[in-house]
Amino acid sequence: MIEVINLSKSFGELQVLKDVNITIRKGEKVVVIGPSGSGKSTFLRCLNCMEVPTSGNIFFHGVDLADQKVDINIHRQKMGMVFQHFNLFNNKTVLQNIMLAPVYVEKKRMRKLRRSNPENEKIKTVAEIKKEAKANAMELLKRIGLEDKAGEYPSRLSGGQKQRVAIVRALAMNPDVMLFDEPTSALDPEMVGEVLELMKELAHEGMTMVVVTHEMGFAREVADRVVFMADGYIAEEGSPEQLFGNPQNPRTQHFLQSIL
Amino acid sequence: MGNFGAKIDKFLDIFIDADGYKTVLEGLGNTLKIAVLGLVIGIIIGTLIATVRVIPKYKLLPRILNSICSFYVAFFRGTPMVVQLLLSYYVALPLMGINLPSVSVAVVVFGLNSGAYISEIMRGGILSVDPGQMEGGRAMGLTFGKTMTAIVIPQAVKNILPTLGNEFITLIKETSVVSFVGALDLYVAFNRIGSNSYEFMVPYLVMAVIYIILVLIISGLVKVMERSLRKSDRSH
Repeated sequence: MIEVINLSKSFGELQVLKDVNITIRKGEKVVVIGPSGSGKSTFLRCLNCMEVPTSGNIFFHGVDLADQKVDINIHRQKMGMVFQHFNLFNNKTVLQNIMLAPVYVEKKRMRKLRRSNPENEKIKTVAEIKKEAKANAMELLKRIGLEDKAGEYPSRLSGGQKQRVAIVRALAMNPDVMLFDEPTSALDPEMVGEVLELMKELAHEGMTMVVVTHEMGFAREVADRVVFMADGYIAEEGSPEQLFGNPQNPRTQHFLQSIL
Repeated sequence: MGNFGAKIDKFLDIFIDADGYKTVLEGLGNTLKIAVLGLVIGIIIGTLIATVRVIPKYKLLPRILNSICSFYVAFFRGTPMVVQLLLSYYVALPLMGINLPSVSVAVVVFGLNSGAYISEIMRGGILSVDPGQMEGGRAMGLTFGKTMTAIVIPQAVKNILPTLGNEFITLIKETSVVSFVGALDLYVAFNRIGSNSYEFMVPYLVMAVIYIILVLIISGLVKVMERSLRKSDRSH
């Protein structure tokens, strides 16, 4: 589904990613681990071009996202992203946060339909679009048990609640892949569990996931493949059993020793 | 102070009996018109310029737009409002062969001028919004423009509301310079009453009081708006 070829990224003089190659298949759960500064977050952010790669290709459904001529927004709509600091829209309620992008995309699609054929029966009114998006958003909120928070602003939620809303906000777009950038690193310890639980549910439903995290327990339990990054390279990758049980690269061994 | 009562009588004579209040009302109307419309134009121009100035500058077009905006801001902040007013009314418009009433010219000049100031205020406001808000929107596939208008600018406006209120107050007070191009504002109205009665003390006092009342009303309105915009903040 995602094929990364010779991906490099530099910030000025500093080369953060060096010739990264990886293929992520549909339904696969890839967990990326590594010491801080190893480039794992930058790698993840390159996948949906939040960081524009310095060189290399990122094929998503066969389209090279690194190509400047590609309309990146269309592809990002199919790549959900969850951030360390949630990034919920502070000026919108929980419900509005979830509805905003789906309504926007659907409105745009209807405008296009209308332009090509004003008589098309599939054209929905704005009210219908909103009604559908709202029903879907409430469904998602119910799933995480926060339907009573629909009218609240993000500042009134706990960290764990914010992150779960951020996850379902991304899900509202029906993404093909979910990218998680250290989703539990900014959470109080007692809230990590609820977020990991939701992520595990997604994994069991067959969602394709790329997760940058320090939660080794999650990696062991959920990952199909664990990728260890160091100094901008993929130093080692393999199944969790392989990588945690019998790491080959001395960097991996050292890293695992220092955190366990 | 014995003749202060007489001065008040003289003022009231002209203000009420000789229709002085009509002049004052017209002047007040013009003052408000210039300040309010100027502010609206200023907010529109300022927001556009501020947005241009925070667009990432990888490509050529944003760079060109950015230098145009820098020049605009430098010009309107670097010259006094009176000079801009005089240049527009006596130089630019006659050269272009356009004949506009002085109040309309004042509205446009005030708008252009406050646009330059508001662009810097707005830019500060936009930069004060957590960059994660823009990232959150872009990562969902929203365009830069949509994220800006739906997410970032509303939060920026909330942050700069007190400063915008300040700008409005400055505009109200600055309107007195439109007398240079012969427009009738609050100051000109009271000046006329003074000239008619050869007595300036009371008219000027009343004028000051009206300015203060205007400013107090605006401050109050800004506070009310702030409170309603703070809904999304933690406490309630």
